[in-house]
Amino acid sequence: METTLRAKLLMTVFAWTVTLLIFFPIFWMLVTSFKTEVEAVATPPSLFFEPTLENYDAVQERANYIRFALNSIGISIGSTLAALAFGIPAAYAMAFFPTKRTKSTLLWMLSTKMLPPVGVLVPIYLLFRDTGLLDTQIGLVIIYTLINLPIVVWMLYSFFKEVPGEILEAGRMDGPKPRQELWMLLMPLALPGIASTGLLSVILCWNEAFWSLNLTASQAAPLTAFIASFSSPEGLFWAKLSAASTMAIAPILIIGWLSQRQLVRGLTFGAVK
Amino acid sequence: MATVELRDIRKTFGTVDVIKGVDLRVEDREFVVFVGPSGCGKSTLLRMIAGLEGISSGDLLIDGQKSNDVSPDARGLAMVFQSYALYPHMTVADNMAFSLRLAGVSKEQRMEKVRSAARILQLEPLLERKPKELSGGQRQRVAIGRAIVRQPRVFLFDEPLSNLDAALRVQMRLELARLHQQLDATMIYVTHDQIEAMTMADKIVVLRAGVIEQVGSPLELYHHPANLFVAGFIGSPKMNFLETTVIEVNEQGAAVSLPGGGTLTVPVVPGSVRPGSDVTLGVRPEHLSLGSDGVMHGQVSVVEHLGGGTLVYVQTQGDDIIVVQADGDTDISVYDAVAVGIRPADCHLFDQNGAAIARSTRHHLADRRRGAPAPAPRAVGGHH
Repeated sequence: METTLRAKLLMTVFAWTVTLLIFFPIFWMLVTSFKTEVEAVATPPSLFFEPTLENYDAVQERANYIRFALNSIGISIGSTLAALAFGIPAAYAMAFFPTKRTKSTLLWMLSTKMLPPVGVLVPIYLLFRDTGLLDTQIGLVIIYTLINLPIVVWMLYSFFKEVPGEILEAGRMDGPKPRQELWMLLMPLALPGIASTGLLSVILCWNEAFWSLNLTASQAAPLTAFIASFSSPEGLFWAKLSAASTMAIAPILIIGWLSQRQLVRGLTFGAVK
Repeated sequence: MATVELRDIRKTFGTVDVIKGVDLRVEDREFVVFVGPSGCGKSTLLRMIAGLEGISSGDLLIDGQKSNDVSPDARGLAMVFQSYALYPHMTVADNMAFSLRLAGVSKEQRMEKVRSAARILQLEPLLERKPKELSGGQRQRVAIGRAIVRQPRVFLFDEPLSNLDAALRVQMRLELARLHQQLDATMIYVTHDQIEAMTMADKIVVLRAGVIEQVGSPLELYHHPANLFVAGFIGSPKMNFLETTVIEVNEQGAAVSLPGGGTLTVPVVPGSVRPGSDVTLGVRPEHLSLGSDGVMHGQVSVVEHLGGGTLVYVQTQGDDIIVVQADGDTDISVYDAVAVGIRPADCHLFDQNGAAIARSTRHHLADRRRGAPAPAPRAVGGHH
């Protein structure tokens, strides 16, 4: 009895420690964004201070947050839709009509994620320059779709694999065409999986910094570029940087928080047995 | 008319032969049960008929038409799965109407067919519910309803009752039997439960390791098992087997020695066995009795009181254990010395390969069709 209680206590303490460790940087950023620049760099850091909104005002004055945010939204959603549009049929084929090489194809797709992006920066940059895709939303949508497709296909493949086979067989007895099977049976059945895949894709696109910083300048620059613009050669302004970062991650944090419950609820199904 | 015929059907997965040449004819409006231990290939065979598994070789004929390469939905069959396999995102009504919707049937007609199927299965109050709001028995009914709506030529059932609890299983068994009469449909049913097979089938197909061991009516299999496997598989508790030797063959049959020195003359066709051959004597527990006139003597090792009957495990002088199904009121305890009586007419002999030795008499119920004593004459198909 006592040992299980102690084990439970230990686990709780451990879980909270890890949670706080992960959460601390976000918390600190949030706190710093309400400090003055002087307080932000003070050692030892001041925990009690008069909160101020002056950083947010300064950030707003210097850059058009809304434009960056709209770019982020447009690019994230656009490339997620594109990735799903390509990924769903691909994963459907791989999950239900596998060949001898399906497993290797999947592994190969994932292996492309191991390549350091900087290795293809120059060719991609030149391609984009020659095709006029530099600093365009469509350019980033294309590159993000390509980057995320392996993960999207891989995730959808595992979700499709989990759909009870007998339901699809029952479907086949009822006689849908492949397109109908995909739309009327598989997609509704795998909807929680498709939703979480989509969510992950949105988050990855939102957070992507390497390509967005290198391929955009002003027109199509998303929030990552917005943050980066505050660590300028004139010096680091920690408080303003924190305010900009808070504004940049707030939307995605809220979306994640809201959809989490929905996704978990969606995963409990009453289909088989 | 809906007949299904299998001609030398085979299935191989890679190098493994799962179905090793099955020949079978399912007659119109027949209730055929595939039974066998797990891994015998009965589900695979059903799935091959359904079109969910390819046929490696041989011919599948549905209503006389070769259907090996016809797609599952075009075969005009409906299948009820073990897991029910309902579409979880659709209501009961939509589940049942799905095939019609795919076929482009109008909404009016769809609902009419769904309602009439729902009436048969008492599903009417549940039509707007989702599968997750139903109990196991109700889900099973919806799965059957989905099959009925399609008006299939043949119903296929893949262990449909194995996910239900015991009481519900008995109830659904009765309902399925009633449904078979009501719909007048051809049904093929897979189960590992020999009681389901015995109670529902017109014809039982006993499978083992991808081969048909015997085909026959329930009582034919019970009274005239073709081999040791069928004899042991059909009937509960299991048939007793005793290794013995033929002493003499005469016109009454073959006399075999019993443990403890007695002899027993089993009515087999004279000439089907020779004196001196080693044979297996098979006799069911319910055909044995305890009493002073018994021919085998032994000691009771275990007693199981079931209320209605008593299973007595007797250790014979030959060290075999034989099970006797005695009366429920039998007053007996472990270590009692007992005598076991056998009626020769209820005994079976099997040769060394396990094949049954032909009997000289046939059980009077073995060839009767289940249900009505005399089948009513049916109009022959065709237009008038």
